[in-house]
Amino acid sequence: MRLKERVMRWVFAASASVCIAAVVLICVFLFANGIPFFKKYDLFAFLSGTTWSPDIYDTGKGVYGILPMIVGSIYVTAGALLIGGPIGILAGVYMARFAPKNLLKVLQPMMALMAGIPSVVYGFFGITNLVPMVREVFGGTGFSILTACLLLGIMILPTILQLTYSAVKAVPEYYFEGSLALGATEERSVFRAVMPAAKSGILAAVVLGIGRAIGETMAVVMVAGNQARMPKGLLKGVRTLTSNIVTEMGYAADMHREALIATGVVLFVFILLINLLFSILKRKGETA
Amino acid sequence: MSKIEIKNLDLYYDDLQALKNVNMSIAANRITAFIGPSGCGKSTLIKTLNRMNDLIPGCHITGSVTLDGEDIYGKDLDVNLLRKRVGMVFQKPNPFPMTIYDNIAYGPRTHGVHRKAMLDEIVEKSLQDAAIWGELKDRLLKSALGLSGGQQQRLCIARALAVQPEVLLMDEPTSALDPISTAKIEELALQLKEHYTLVMVTHNMQQALRVSDTTAFFLLGEVVEYSDTEKLFSMPVDKRTEDYITGRFG
Repeated sequence: MRLKERVMRWVFAASASVCIAAVVLICVFLFANGIPFFKKYDLFAFLSGTTWSPDIYDTGKGVYGILPMIVGSIYVTAGALLIGGPIGILAGVYMARFAPKNLLKVLQPMMALMAGIPSVVYGFFGITNLVPMVREVFGGTGFSILTACLLLGIMILPTILQLTYSAVKAVPEYYFEGSLALGATEERSVFRAVMPAAKSGILAAVVLGIGRAIGETMAVVMVAGNQARMPKGLLKGVRTLTSNIVTEMGYAADMHREALIATGVVLFVFILLINLLFSILKRKGETA
Repeated sequence: MSKIEIKNLDLYYDDLQALKNVNMSIAANRITAFIGPSGCGKSTLIKTLNRMNDLIPGCHITGSVTLDGEDIYGKDLDVNLLRKRVGMVFQKPNPFPMTIYDNIAYGPRTHGVHRKAMLDEIVEKSLQDAAIWGELKDRLLKSALGLSGGQQQRLCIARALAVQPEVLLMDEPTSALDPISTAKIEELALQLKEHYTLVMVTHNMQQALRVSDTTAFFLLGEVVEYSDTEKLFSMPVDKRTEDYITGRFG
C-alpha cells in the first residue's frame, strides 16, 4: 500500500511537471525565436508601423508594421465583447436564477455543445450565413470587421455564459432572501443583491471571453477579409494578429518568418496580460 | 390590540403537514416568542407571516393570516408591500456585500427614495434605532462584511428598520452570536417594541423568558400552549410544555 502510494505520488508529480514543462517550453521557444527579430528591426517601428509589406522576393526591403493587426485584434475583440458580453451575462443570470428546470435541462447540454464546436465549423457558418447576410443588409463584400465581431460574439457566448452561471449560482441564497424580505421584487433582488455579490466572477467571465476572442484564429481568418491595412470602417476587411500569422506562415522565410513569430510574441504578451487581470480579479473575489 | 391574527392555519410541504390548525393572535407593541424543539414548525410559522414560504416549491396553506384585518394571502395583496410592512432578521447575519451605507439605503431605494439628503437621514436614524450608529458612523463607506457578527446582525436590524416596517420578525437572531452580542440584541429588542410588533423564534428558553411578553410553545407542528411568558414558564398548563421547559426533552 505504501509503495503504491509513493508510486502514485510520482505519477501525479510527473503529470503536473509535463504541463508546466509544456508552458515553459512554449514561452522559451516563442521568445528565443521572436527576440532576434528585434535586433534587426526597431521594436517601435514594428509596433507602430502601419505598413505590412514583407520581403517575399528577397529584395532586402521588407517593411513590418503590425499596428493594423493590433488595432484589428482590438476592434474585433471589442466588438465581439459588445455583442457576446451582455447576451452571455444576461443569459447566464437567467439560467442561474429564473429558468425553469426543464428548460435548464435543454440549455445546459446545448451550451456545452456550443463550447465544443470546432472553430472551423463556426467559420463555415460565418462564410455561408453571416457573410451573405452582412453583404445583403449592409453592403460591401461581407468579409468585414462586423462579420468577424458577430461570429466571435457568438463564439464567446458559452465561455461568458457558463462562467457567469457558476458565479451567480455560487452566491449564497441569503442575499436573495435578505433583499426579498425588504420588499424588493425578485428581479431587483437578483440584479441589485445577487449580482453585486457575483461581480468578480462575472468580470472574470468577461476577461476570459476577451482572451478567447483575441486568440481565435480560424473562424476570423475565414470571415474577416484579412487585408493588412489600417481598418477603415465596420464593413471593411481587417486582419488580426492571429490571422496575420496563419495566413503567411506557410510561405514565409528569414526576416518575414521572424516577423511573424514576433507577432506571436506580441499576441502572447496580450494573453499574458489578460490572464494576469483574470487572476487578480479572481483573488479579489476570494478575499472580498 | 391584536396586530396579526392567525386562524385555522394548516401548512403543507407537498404532502407533509408542517403546521396543524394554528390559531394565534399576536399583540401590537409586544414581543412574542416562539419556542420548541427543532422541526416543530416555529420557523415555518414565522415565515408565513411575511410569505417567505412562497419561495419553497410545494408549500401551500389553508386557513387565514391577517395583518390589521387584511388577509395577507388574499388575491389582491402586493407581497412586496407586505414584506416592507413585515420586516425580517435572519438567523445568520446577511449584510449585502456592499458598504454599510448602501446596505441601509437598499430598502429605501427599493421603495423609491433616491434623494441623497433623505437617504442620509434614513441611514442615520436607522442605525441610531438599532443602537449601532456610534460604532459605525465613521465607517459608513466601508464594506459591511468587515464587521463582527454581532455588528452585522444589528446592521441587518437597522436595514430592516430603514423601510419603516410595522412588524419585525426575528428568526433565531442570536443563535450565531456570542453572549455579549446576544445581550445587545436582546436589549435592542426591548427598546424596539415601543414602536414595532416583534415576533422572535428562539432556541433559547432563557432568552424567551428575558425578552418576550407572550410565548408560544410548538411541538410537531402544533401550538401546544400560548400564553403570557411568565405564566407559561411558571405554571405551564400542558404536561408537554412543562416537560420541555424543565429540560426533559428537546
